[in-house]
Amino acid sequence: MRRRVAIKRWDRPSRRSWAGEFAAIMAVALLVLTGCRSEMYEQPRYEPLEPSSLFEDGSSARPLVAGTVPRDDPRGAPPAGVPDEVFYTGWSQGKLVESVPFPVDRAVLERGQERFRIYCTPCHGELGDGRGMIVRRGFNPPPPYASEELRKQPIGHYFDVMTRGFGTMYSYASRVPPRDRWAIAAYIRVLQLSQHAEAANLPAEDRNKLPAVDEASAPRSQP
Amino acid sequence: MPQIFHPSANTLSRLTLFGMAVGPLGLLIVSYLLIRSPYQTGVRVIREQPVPFSHEHHVGGLGIDCRYCHTSVETSSFAGLPPTHTCMTCHSQIWSTSPMLEPVRTSLAMKQPIVWTRIHNLPDFVYFNHAIHIQKGIGCVSCHGRVDKMPITWKEEPLTMEWCLECHRHPERHLREKREVFNMEWAPPVPEQLEIGRHLIEREHIEVDRLTNCSVCHR
Ligand code: HEC
Ligand code: HEC
Ligand code: HEC
Ligand code: HEC
Ligand code: HEC
Ligand code: HEC
Repeated sequence: MRRRVAIKRWDRPSRRSWAGEFAAIMAVALLVLTGCRSEMYEQPRYEPLEPSSLFEDGSSARPLVAGTVPRDDPRGAPPAGVPDEVFYTGWSQGKLVESVPFPVDRAVLERGQERFRIYCTPCHGELGDGRGMIVRRGFNPPPPYASEELRKQPIGHYFDVMTRGFGTMYSYASRVPPRDRWAIAAYIRVLQLSQHAEAANLPAEDRNKLPAVDEASAPRSQP
Repeated sequence: MPQIFHPSANTLSRLTLFGMAVGPLGLLIVSYLLIRSPYQTGVRVIREQPVPFSHEHHVGGLGIDCRYCHTSVETSSFAGLPPTHTCMTCHSQIWSTSPMLEPVRTSLAMKQPIVWTRIHNLPDFVYFNHAIHIQKGIGCVSCHGRVDKMPITWKEEPLTMEWCLECHRHPERHLREKREVFNMEWAPPVPEQLEIGRHLIEREHIEVDRLTNCSVCHR
């Protein structure tokens, strides 16, 4: 009988082998060692952008439901008295907005310059002349900001282009929040002015720095 | 009485004593070296990616700012990886038929995100936050190395606790002005760095003593 045989084997101490016990101890040790690097290292929660098998697109990050309103950051909200439509779209009752819906000071322009250099210079260039690095590598060249048509556009147009995209240019709404988009729009005006400045309008100290400029010299364009 | 042990047993016993003293030390040294080796930390190990994306081309060659793609690095704990839409702002026209970019186009068409292989990944019991480091003036280079020279992305620093603490004890060695944070070429000015660093610690209200508290990173 099987059971008796087994008992008999244990009864013979002289020929007892430790191999079985040794293997068991090693197996437990191995389990303990491999167990070290799991639970606390990979806790059962999602890290940002971790894949998930729950959803069809395989991503744990879910897109916002249409119409979601951010609740947390008051800096992202429209200033008091400004309608949402103006602040978030650049349109007001079917017409493009003519001015930035909050006061523009030096800080806003500097913010605009910084953001412009991150998101727009690759194509539009530092000067907004449409000769950025990506254009030099073969991207469809955009028009220079200082062109006649673009200078005539109300400032809401620039905001609208960033928000919804324009022709071959994609939308930047997901990367540039509305306030920064307004700051960039204001900075585009600075770039346009820089290409059409008149020496006569400069403060005296700056004018003196220009080599050989006198009041009579022909302006580069009409204001 | 006959000798039980052969004279060679003397040598053997000395060897055994020596082994008992040195063996554990050697074992410690070997395991320490192993823990610090790329086998464990993954430093400079190349990982397979679905698209052979090159920071050397895009950052070094074309001069694109980190934030064009890693948009949330200034404001959130997570630097963020670019969605397919970001690649397509340029690759809708540039290299738009290249087979190398096929996964990007498929991803856009099928609305399935590209699955990048993560290179940096702290254990889940460690809390890390990009925004605070960027806002206080720690450059990307200090932790990620010369990304603009990487034809394929790798990990430059081991990200061990020892490594984090080295800087948390002496942030003055690494602090810089905020406008230089994204500058890949910035190097600390040699004799003056410590002085500038100490000035920045004061200006940015960094409490150095507090930075080594366990609960800063294990919360
Ligand atoms: C990937 C290259 C690229 C980037 C980056 C880019 N643009 Fe453009 N942009 C273009 C192209 C190309 C056009 C011309 C589109 C067309 O006519 O089809 C254009 C056109 C424009 C126009 C003119 C629209 C008109 O009325 O003709 C404005 C304004 C503009 N972009 C603003 C911006 C701003 C602001 C940013 C940064 C947030 C930006 N662009 C980033 C490529 C780019
Ligand atoms: C054109 C878009 C783009 C730009 C610009 C860019 N990156 Fe990346 N970055 C990516 C993509 C895509 C990945 C994921 C693929 C990979 O790891 O190579 C990535 C991965 C990384 C990773 C590794 C992430 C991980 O898996 O742990 C680091 C670190 C990084 N980038 C740093 C930078 C820094 C620093 C800059 C600025 C100097 C920069 N990147 C600029 C697109 C970009
Ligand atoms: C701002 C524009 C821009 C963005 C955004 C961009 N690329 Fe590129 N990419 C280029 C240009 C330009 C080239 C051609 C490089 C050259 O000619 O030197 C290129 C080349 C490439 C190549 C060809 C191989 C190589 O390195 O030369 C790959 C692969 C590539 N990009 C992947 C990506 C991926 C993936 C993304 C999204 C994370 C991305 N790119 C985002 C502009 C861009
Ligand atoms: C103080 C060190 C430090 C600095 C400075 C730093 N990083 Fe990181 N970065 C890390 C660590 C640590 C991780 C891994 C985070 C994790 O696993 O949770 C990481 C991860 C990343 C990732 C992968 C995605 C993520 O957020 O986990 C990207 C992309 C990245 N960093 C880009 C950047 C860029 C761009 C900069 C500069 C603006 C930068 N980092 C500055 C330490 C740093
Ligand atoms: C190159 C220097 C440097 C490195 C490397 C570094 N840090 Fe920091 N860390 C700082 C500085 C500077 C601060 C800002 C402290 C302050 O504002 O008081 C900071 C702040 C933090 C904070 C926020 C502290 C708080 O509660 O205010 C956390 C969390 C943190 N670091 C985690 C990490 C982790 C985890 C690592 C390693 C993966 C790391 N850091 C590596 C320099 C560094
Ligand atoms: C600056 C951030 C930081 C601080 C402060 C910090 N740690 Fe850590 N700690 C880390 C990181 C990062 C790791 C993960 C290292 C790795 O993956 O190799 C870690 C890992 C650990 C581990 C696990 C080691 C392992 O490999 O399993 C322990 C235990 C630990 N820390 C204890 C502490 C204690 C105790 C303190 C306070 C005296 C402390 N830590 C303070 C960043 C920190």
